[in-house]
Amino acid sequence: MISGLFLSGIIVWLAGAMASLALWRKPVAARRAACAAALAGSLLDLSASAFAIFSSSPTVIGLPFGNPVFSWAVRIDPLSAYFNVTLGVLATAVSLYSFGYLREMEGRRNLGAFGFFFNLLLMSLALVFTASNVFFFLVAWEVMALSAFCLVIFEHEKEEARNAGVLFLVMSHAGTGLLLIAFLLLTSVSGSLDFLSFHLLASSLSPLEQGAVFLLFLCGFGVKAGLVPVHIWLPEAHPVAPSNVSALMSGIVIKTGIYGMARVFFDFYGAPPIWMGTVVLALGVVSALLGVLYALMEHDLKRLLAWHSIENIGIILMGFGAALMFRALGQPNLAALALIAGLYHTFNHATFKGLLFLGAGSVVHSTHTRNMEKMGGLIRRMPVTAICFLVGAVAISGLPPLNGFVSEWLTYQALLAGFGTTQSLTRLMFPIAGSLLALTAALAAACFVKAFAIPFLALPRSEQAADAREASPSMRAGMAMLAVGCVALGLGATWLVRVFDPITQQTLGVSASSAMVTARGLALTPGTAHGGTISTVGMALLFLFAGAAFALPLAIRWRRRSVKAPAWDCGLPGLTADNEYTATAFSKPLRLIFSALYRPRREIEAEYEVSPYYPSAIRFESEIEPTFEKHLYEPLRQRIMAAAKRMRAIQAGSINAYLAYIFITLILLLLFGVRG
Amino acid sequence: MMERIIESLAQLFLLLALAPLVTGVIRTLKARLQTRCGPGVFQPYRDLFKLFRKGMVIPETASWIFAATPWIVFFSTILAGLMIPMVAADAPLGLFGGVLAVIYLLGLGRFFLALSGLDTGSSFGGLGSSREMTISALAEPAMMLAIFTVAIGAGSTGLTEIAGAAIGQTWRFLAPAQMFAFAALALVLIAETGRIPVDNPATHLELTMIHEAMILEYSGPYLALVEWAASIKQLVLMTLLINCFWPVGLQPTWFGFGALIGIGWLLAKLLFLSCAIVLLETVNAKMRLFRVPELLAVAFTLGSLALVSTFLF
Repeated sequence: MISGLFLSGIIVWLAGAMASLALWRKPVAARRAACAAALAGSLLDLSASAFAIFSSSPTVIGLPFGNPVFSWAVRIDPLSAYFNVTLGVLATAVSLYSFGYLREMEGRRNLGAFGFFFNLLLMSLALVFTASNVFFFLVAWEVMALSAFCLVIFEHEKEEARNAGVLFLVMSHAGTGLLLIAFLLLTSVSGSLDFLSFHLLASSLSPLEQGAVFLLFLCGFGVKAGLVPVHIWLPEAHPVAPSNVSALMSGIVIKTGIYGMARVFFDFYGAPPIWMGTVVLALGVVSALLGVLYALMEHDLKRLLAWHSIENIGIILMGFGAALMFRALGQPNLAALALIAGLYHTFNHATFKGLLFLGAGSVVHSTHTRNMEKMGGLIRRMPVTAICFLVGAVAISGLPPLNGFVSEWLTYQALLAGFGTTQSLTRLMFPIAGSLLALTAALAAACFVKAFAIPFLALPRSEQAADAREASPSMRAGMAMLAVGCVALGLGATWLVRVFDPITQQTLGVSASSAMVTARGLALTPGTAHGGTISTVGMALLFLFAGAAFALPLAIRWRRRSVKAPAWDCGLPGLTADNEYTATAFSKPLRLIFSALYRPRREIEAEYEVSPYYPSAIRFESEIEPTFEKHLYEPLRQRIMAAAKRMRAIQAGSINAYLAYIFITLILLLLFGVRG
Repeated sequence: MMERIIESLAQLFLLLALAPLVTGVIRTLKARLQTRCGPGVFQPYRDLFKLFRKGMVIPETASWIFAATPWIVFFSTILAGLMIPMVAADAPLGLFGGVLAVIYLLGLGRFFLALSGLDTGSSFGGLGSSREMTISALAEPAMMLAIFTVAIGAGSTGLTEIAGAAIGQTWRFLAPAQMFAFAALALVLIAETGRIPVDNPATHLELTMIHEAMILEYSGPYLALVEWAASIKQLVLMTLLINCFWPVGLQPTWFGFGALIGIGWLLAKLLFLSCAIVLLETVNAKMRLFRVPELLAVAFTLGSLALVSTFLF
């Protein structure tokens, strides 16, 4: 049944892609076909993978063609199924949302092409998570990258979108190149392209090869995941895509990198040397912190969210890094806890970041700007969008009782338990990572106060914001579904940890969930000797009780005694949007405190006619230095361009020369083959 | 189950009743130390009583966030208060969360308070929100390091276990790790409760206020709720500090005659800590906003020292 559901999901997506391409001259039909197919495919995929997590043996589906080396086979084991569930939940909500979101583009853009790439992206994602051999995996990986590229440059008349798309394509392929080398190294040992033959294989290599393969995979998958320092494409590419695509990109496409790492670190490797864990943990901390610090400086709503994806990838990798370290230290139970923390956060991030991007999409859709400084007061005009966005903001800030809190709490517990596992100084990494996670979470809360309050609260800062209209019913349904998901993943924590048993059983050989639930399923514990407990359900019930019993009756009574009056305007003639605190002003203290990192540059030009005290016009410009682009990528780009210029000598343009090159290459390869 | 409910209600009553008193005592002691008369220790109760009977002025620009915030702040602070051991070493709602949950619940309240500051559209609210979120973010790593030190010593983030581990060894608070962690948490407490030298709770001068700026537009019952929640938060953090490091007088249970002794000890320890705060507030001037990160960096350093000391000494 699982294979039937999964295959029909793939076929529906493929059919949707073809149908919307065929209907490209009829925008309404193309939109409906594309979204309906995406929705149906996602639901099928979701149900297939929900069953597959708990099935006793992995589901293997092979297509009848192909040959043993290049086989078209998928294998749905618990790890694959988990990522597919994540995909299914997010894709269902995004497809629902797209019904309304794409309507505005009807007749103005080629929705047939959009539907084609959109369905193709969903299909390739499902295949990336399930492909069972190198060849098929890389094909699906490429289809995913190319369809994502086409969706990123969908608004290709904008130069910004084209540049971002090219950057994404280049980085993505550089990453794929590294993956190819790493896979070939493993294949040369195992003699097979099947992932099954790689199980624990990497640990049997020599230490040097082990390290090289590890770093290649880390870099290759890191590019896709948006790990610092190979993250620079992410804040460019995610915001310029249409918002439903941004939600998919940030919610699930970057998770393919996480999936790849999970597959390699916990399936291909046995007990890795400890330095691998420390590298992943350190990179996770750096990504989390830099991601949130750069997010704070953004006032482009979608770019801000994109930077937060980097932050959350960092938090996920903190869990993975700790899990690797525990494995090296011979602590499988703690490794299971840390792995669960990372995987839990993966799912959580897909829901709240998907939700926030969809919310941002609704806002951009109705105000026609991504600049927060031009929004404001939208909570009145878009009440449902506002409340959904608020749920996402609370969840991503890691505040109880929503889902972000649960996974961050588990990460803290894993880090805390790590201190006692070794006597070497490495143990200091755990509490320091924990304290920097606390800093990250608190800065994220500050950032989301800004990201919610500036667009949604107070007075509208522009006419577009004042005329904003609420999103269409299907868009609201898509957002509401993910908002409910954030609440459910938070409150249902004790029920949800059971899902991880098959995964930890498969990768680490232990089950953790029975030790993680106490008080008759009411409270969650880390399962360590004296770990603390939390009960998100308990907190939520108390909040509900207190709200219903005290807040509501009293608020109604006090309402009668209240009057509405203007807010204090400092004696000026009335409060206007000009008096409001801006997003730039909100983050000013942090810009000054972290100026060593940001190296802010600002320019003020005042024009005046009579006296400098009465300026007639002021121009203010402020920007922060893009450190990585300037000091890492710009020199690299220059080297590559210089090398390319020198290589021009052999590109004479004469066909005879090219034929000679081909001939020489062939001879060399033959010689190499004979010798080998 | 029934016992838990009774314990919770008793602690709830204690939190609600004691918090304004602590604020009043600190104000009066401070006034006396500055050779002023002061309004008397019961003034906060009179203030709350008066505010609850008054009408409200709600800014036209504000949305439902403004009305929901006082409740969220009030309830989340109380919930955090029920997770800490006050009189008995066993926290009434210890099952619902430990020290991490306490911090994050206070964070939830702060999140909404900052939103409501921006909700009114006045520049003061935004100013307060921005500063509050900045300072609390910078205080977080120091707090977490100190808490990790304490939790490592107790082997748990549950406050019942932390207090329990401290009860066993009366003089443990003299260990270097504990002292450093105490100092770090004390600095964080000053920043979090908005006291001099970080914030001045008595000021309404626009350039210096932080917490007061956020709640500038609140009036009547909502202001009472916010003020009450602020003093409960102060009580919660003070109790957390004294009972984690110096749990002398904590009773094994809430029931019986022991509870009275426990309350007596709690009051004595709170008075002692209040005196320390008053002394600190009187001899210091408020810092410039951009000097505050330095103070918090000191707290972070102390936290790191605490951590290193756990295995050096």
